[in-house]
Amino acid sequence: MLNRIEIGFREGIRDALGEKIRRRIVEHLGLAVDRVRTVDVYTVEGDLATAELEAAAAGPLSDPIIQTWSVNRALADRFDWLVEVGFRPGVTDNVGKTAGEAIRLLLGRADAASVRVYTSRQYILNGPLGRAEAERIAADLLANDLIERCELIDGKAWNPARGVAPCAPKVAGEDRPRVEEVDLDVDDAALLEISGARVLALNLEEMRKLRDHLKDPGVLRERARVGLGARMTDAELECLAQTWSEHCKHKIFNARIAYDDGTGRVRVIDSLFDTYIKGATRAVRARMGENDWCLSVFVDNAGVIRFDENWNLVFKVETHNSPSALDPYGGALTGIVGVNRDPFGTGRGAKLIFNTDVFCFASPDYAQTLPPRILHPRRIYEGVREGVEHGGNKSGIPTVNGCLVFDDRYLGKPLVYCGTGAVMPARLDGQPTHVKEILPGDRIVMTGGRIGKDGIHGATFSSEELHEGSPVTAVQIGDPITQKKMTDFLLVARDRNLYRCLTDNGAGGLSSSVGETARLAGGCDLDLAKAPLKYAGLDPWEILISESQERMTVAVPPEKLGAFLALAAKMDVEATDLGRYTDSGRFHIRHGEKTVASLDMDFLHDGVPQLKLSARWTPPDHAEPDFPEPADLGPALKAILARLNICSKESVVRQYDHEVQGGSVVKPLVGAANDGPSDAAMIRPFLDSFAGVVVANGICPRYSDLDAYHMAAAAIDEAVRNAVAVGGTLDHLAGLDNFCWCDPVESEKTPDGAYKLAQLVRANEALYDVTTCYGVPCISGKDSMKNDYAIGDTKISIPPTLLFSVFGRIDDVRRAVTMDAKKPGDLVYILGMTYDELGGSEWYALNGFVGNTVPRVRPETAKARYDALARTIRLGLVASCHDCADGGLGVALAETAFAGGLGMDVDLAKVPAEAIGRNDALIFSETPSRFVVTVSPDREAAFLEPFRGQTAARIGTVTADGHLRLRGLRGEALLSETIGVLKAAWQRPLNF
Amino acid sequence: MAPTVKCIVLTGNGTNCEMEMAHACRLAGAEVVEIVHLSELLCGEKRLEDYHFLNLPGGFLDGDDLGSAKAGANRILHAKTRGREAGATSTEARLYDQFSRFIEDGKLILGVCNGFQLLVKLGVLPAFDAMERAQTVTLTYNDSGRFEDRWVHLKVDPASPCVYTEGLTGLYLPVRHGEGKFIPGSAEVLARLHREHCIALQYSTADTAAATLDYPANPNGSVDAVAGICSASGRIFGLMPHPEAYLHRTNHPRWTREDLPETGMGLALFRNAVSFIKRQRL
Repeated sequence: MLNRIEIGFREGIRDALGEKIRRRIVEHLGLAVDRVRTVDVYTVEGDLATAELEAAAAGPLSDPIIQTWSVNRALADRFDWLVEVGFRPGVTDNVGKTAGEAIRLLLGRADAASVRVYTSRQYILNGPLGRAEAERIAADLLANDLIERCELIDGKAWNPARGVAPCAPKVAGEDRPRVEEVDLDVDDAALLEISGARVLALNLEEMRKLRDHLKDPGVLRERARVGLGARMTDAELECLAQTWSEHCKHKIFNARIAYDDGTGRVRVIDSLFDTYIKGATRAVRARMGENDWCLSVFVDNAGVIRFDENWNLVFKVETHNSPSALDPYGGALTGIVGVNRDPFGTGRGAKLIFNTDVFCFASPDYAQTLPPRILHPRRIYEGVREGVEHGGNKSGIPTVNGCLVFDDRYLGKPLVYCGTGAVMPARLDGQPTHVKEILPGDRIVMTGGRIGKDGIHGATFSSEELHEGSPVTAVQIGDPITQKKMTDFLLVARDRNLYRCLTDNGAGGLSSSVGETARLAGGCDLDLAKAPLKYAGLDPWEILISESQERMTVAVPPEKLGAFLALAAKMDVEATDLGRYTDSGRFHIRHGEKTVASLDMDFLHDGVPQLKLSARWTPPDHAEPDFPEPADLGPALKAILARLNICSKESVVRQYDHEVQGGSVVKPLVGAANDGPSDAAMIRPFLDSFAGVVVANGICPRYSDLDAYHMAAAAIDEAVRNAVAVGGTLDHLAGLDNFCWCDPVESEKTPDGAYKLAQLVRANEALYDVTTCYGVPCISGKDSMKNDYAIGDTKISIPPTLLFSVFGRIDDVRRAVTMDAKKPGDLVYILGMTYDELGGSEWYALNGFVGNTVPRVRPETAKARYDALARTIRLGLVASCHDCADGGLGVALAETAFAGGLGMDVDLAKVPAEAIGRNDALIFSETPSRFVVTVSPDREAAFLEPFRGQTAARIGTVTADGHLRLRGLRGEALLSETIGVLKAAWQRPLNF
Repeated sequence: MAPTVKCIVLTGNGTNCEMEMAHACRLAGAEVVEIVHLSELLCGEKRLEDYHFLNLPGGFLDGDDLGSAKAGANRILHAKTRGREAGATSTEARLYDQFSRFIEDGKLILGVCNGFQLLVKLGVLPAFDAMERAQTVTLTYNDSGRFEDRWVHLKVDPASPCVYTEGLTGLYLPVRHGEGKFIPGSAEVLARLHREHCIALQYSTADTAAATLDYPANPNGSVDAVAGICSASGRIFGLMPHPEAYLHRTNHPRWTREDLPETGMGLALFRNAVSFIKRQRL
């Protein structure tokens, strides 16, 4: 029996959501609408009396002060259009779940099946809108057809007595689990057909490897022992596809690459990952010797470094690009709660202390026609922003740092980078916590959420470009509260030593989490029939690879199983014993008594053939810019400050809680009016100590158009520079590399694959060169290699993008420095030489050019500068320090001044520069590794001491009069603007 | 000798400021500070009666899915607790009964953000007539329609019976919420709140001299700029801003440019609570 409870606002009470939607209809869609009201609808399934429904409506479901409710009667009346939006069957409905629990508690019903609730929302529109316009509002703003159903009702045909018919979007599944067998003994074309039709994303060589595996008599004998034949089961095939996916196995990063560096010489690189990334870390750690503070690198879900005697720090950054393209809100929400589980599931478990997020979008003002299946960038922006807001804020983890990057090539796939840091006690019962151990006989326990069809094929789907047939089930929606309850429970269980180790269920679901952890014991025996399901109708292979969220797989010693399960029950967390780890050498999966998969562990994990690829570098040649130097640089500076990549991101920052947990030291917004752009974040993870953690990131995709080597070098330098700017030091800074590339495998679809792969090789070379010079070891990373969109004739590839994130220990946070000018009379310094490096700059872009002179990192001189600066900051000699890069010196000076609420007089002739004759080039060159620093006059001598022999020049003074004044290279008055005007230009673009 | 002050910081089901709230209690001089998971109350391992000072921290109880703290309030109203002795005949009672008893005993309750929303939706605040608890005011969506993290100035009513704000004139603290707009159920309720000086805190101008309705100083559009209210006894207090987020000067957004005392302003509220308990020998 279905009943509808509707909740609306009383007359005269502001409907904030309705008002927000109204604004978006007017501003984003350009349609006239007078009023938007919202009504929340709870469709209640179960045998409930009217009085019980009324008690639910008047009780937990509504607020008596501001809301009104109805049972099986419509609240909406007198409108032009009504749009009701609900979920499609099987899509996570967090509010429905909470409402069901609340009603059952209210009515004293224990059985979860006795009351189920499905939510939807009505948008009631008043205004001069035709049907086509109402449909557009529904499709382009209110409902995402992929996950939501939507009903449009014409006010003229409305009968309030009849209302909207109740609808429960149940998954209608029957509990008849089937195992299909797939014949791989077929020709090549048929193998590829199987890979394509099942979204396996395996290439021909890999499919052949599977086919040949089943011809091995030894393999057949083993299979026969457990009742399997010469055909592969669907569960085995799917499991292999997950495990061998680009997403999980990083096949491109591990490929054998023949690299032609443009001179015709060809060099063979056996695994970029091993050669450059792990290679750099090995070199840095070797140099650290006994002082090596790296504890666990590249082997676990996240990297681990030492914080102090008693605590370790953990950090991981992930991407969730493909799902966010289809469902920005759900994709991004899952991105953040998903990456939370990486540090959480590292070693024996860690407590989460900060989030970071970096988004790359096309312009929110994009005005051209959108290709099919692509959502408008503004919608992606808002959806992603909100998803990360809900995921981060509701989990109680401060979002301390991040950035937004804009380039219209992110139209096909936005990049959604989410990172999470954590702390773990260094030892538990005397044993190190960063090491995972599992013994044969340990139980395999799954905790947290239930399994549904959501997120099936996530790993393989993200290993492909976004295409017509991209599966909708690949999208999941996270539930931060279920996860929070689970992590609360697991931290208690950890401290009581109730389990051996744990790992997260992310890409590939159980197949991946159990498959990976089973390597520690030497095998597993798992019964899928025991897994708790969201609804009936899942076949064993679906249970095995589903990416339903909020689940951890925990290895529990058998003697502790009872205590573990009892604690879970007490804390209202679902935990289920699914089987045991073994030393059989086999990945053995049953459904009840029937074996549905039995794979040799070595074949599963190490059987994937190495890719062989070729890369060829041809330096691009762009037109040399040709435009006159503006006489007045005021308008130019304002235009640069208003560039999407430079302007204020305050509206986004404020919607993320950056202070929860109480340890905020350097916030994302700083300065006299709390609105200046911080370079990096600093927090105190332990409130009774002044030791801190610094977090920063760097990302410079524009330089990929010139040379991905310098793109990567600049990104790494930016991250390190930002950390140093607030008080970080190179002695205790670790990095994470996140590569997002467009497909670099040459094929019919990707004729320029060899060039894109050469870009990847060069980026890796830069990573090695810069991190080894700085002594910043990479401890973890991630790659996402198929960020292309291809439907019909349209192909959109992202610019090759490296996000480099750093974090490290700070001995005393009270020495931290922020970027805002502090006092009139302070001296303005620039640290570092400025070169004529405007290739790929914001200034050239504004004038319609790319150019060729890419900004270059000079690691040796930069390192000396960073060490000297860190020393002066530690000694308390620096009043303010700001990173100088995007938009160049002009932007750094303006931001320093207006964030401090102070003016500045600067003489550009004093800026150390090489071969620069134009003022615009001097203030907009993006040479990396530079800082703008202000220093109190009485500390000038001491400040300069460590910079002896380096480039550091006094270029001006902080003033009280609120003007930024620049004197030009020829002594002319070049620019004079009030800081209010500059700040307003900087704040306007994304202030929505 | 002053009695031992025992604080309970309640957590679980989406609460997330328990750590810093417990830290505040410790800094304020409480001898016993325990972070207790809701499940420990429900299963009878812990009981509210063993403490003097109940802290309800910020967070998102049940995701605030049914409106802020609604599902959380529903749980406290209707969930049953088990008896203290394991194995003994189960003595089921409502969790709410423990709350009622705690209030009747004149003990202290501080609700911050989601904790304030919980007190309001339980009808515990303002609860002019302590025995008759029905919801008479609410906290709902900010006028901006969005969650915001920003620091606000607060004016203290010196005539308020509020135990926590005694001796204070103004505060500067962060708000971090999407549902902080205070709306009274009626003009009478609002008038009585004013009359009885239950409005201990109002969003104000930077000099904390005058309450303000102007955004963003008033970050959510609260009626009469109400930021925090107390019971007539002054012992139960709820506020949207986060005092536990400003315990040290490095929490202040401008600590690198202003001369500030070592201790953050938020600690005063907890110190007042602890010294009240010692004075009153609760």
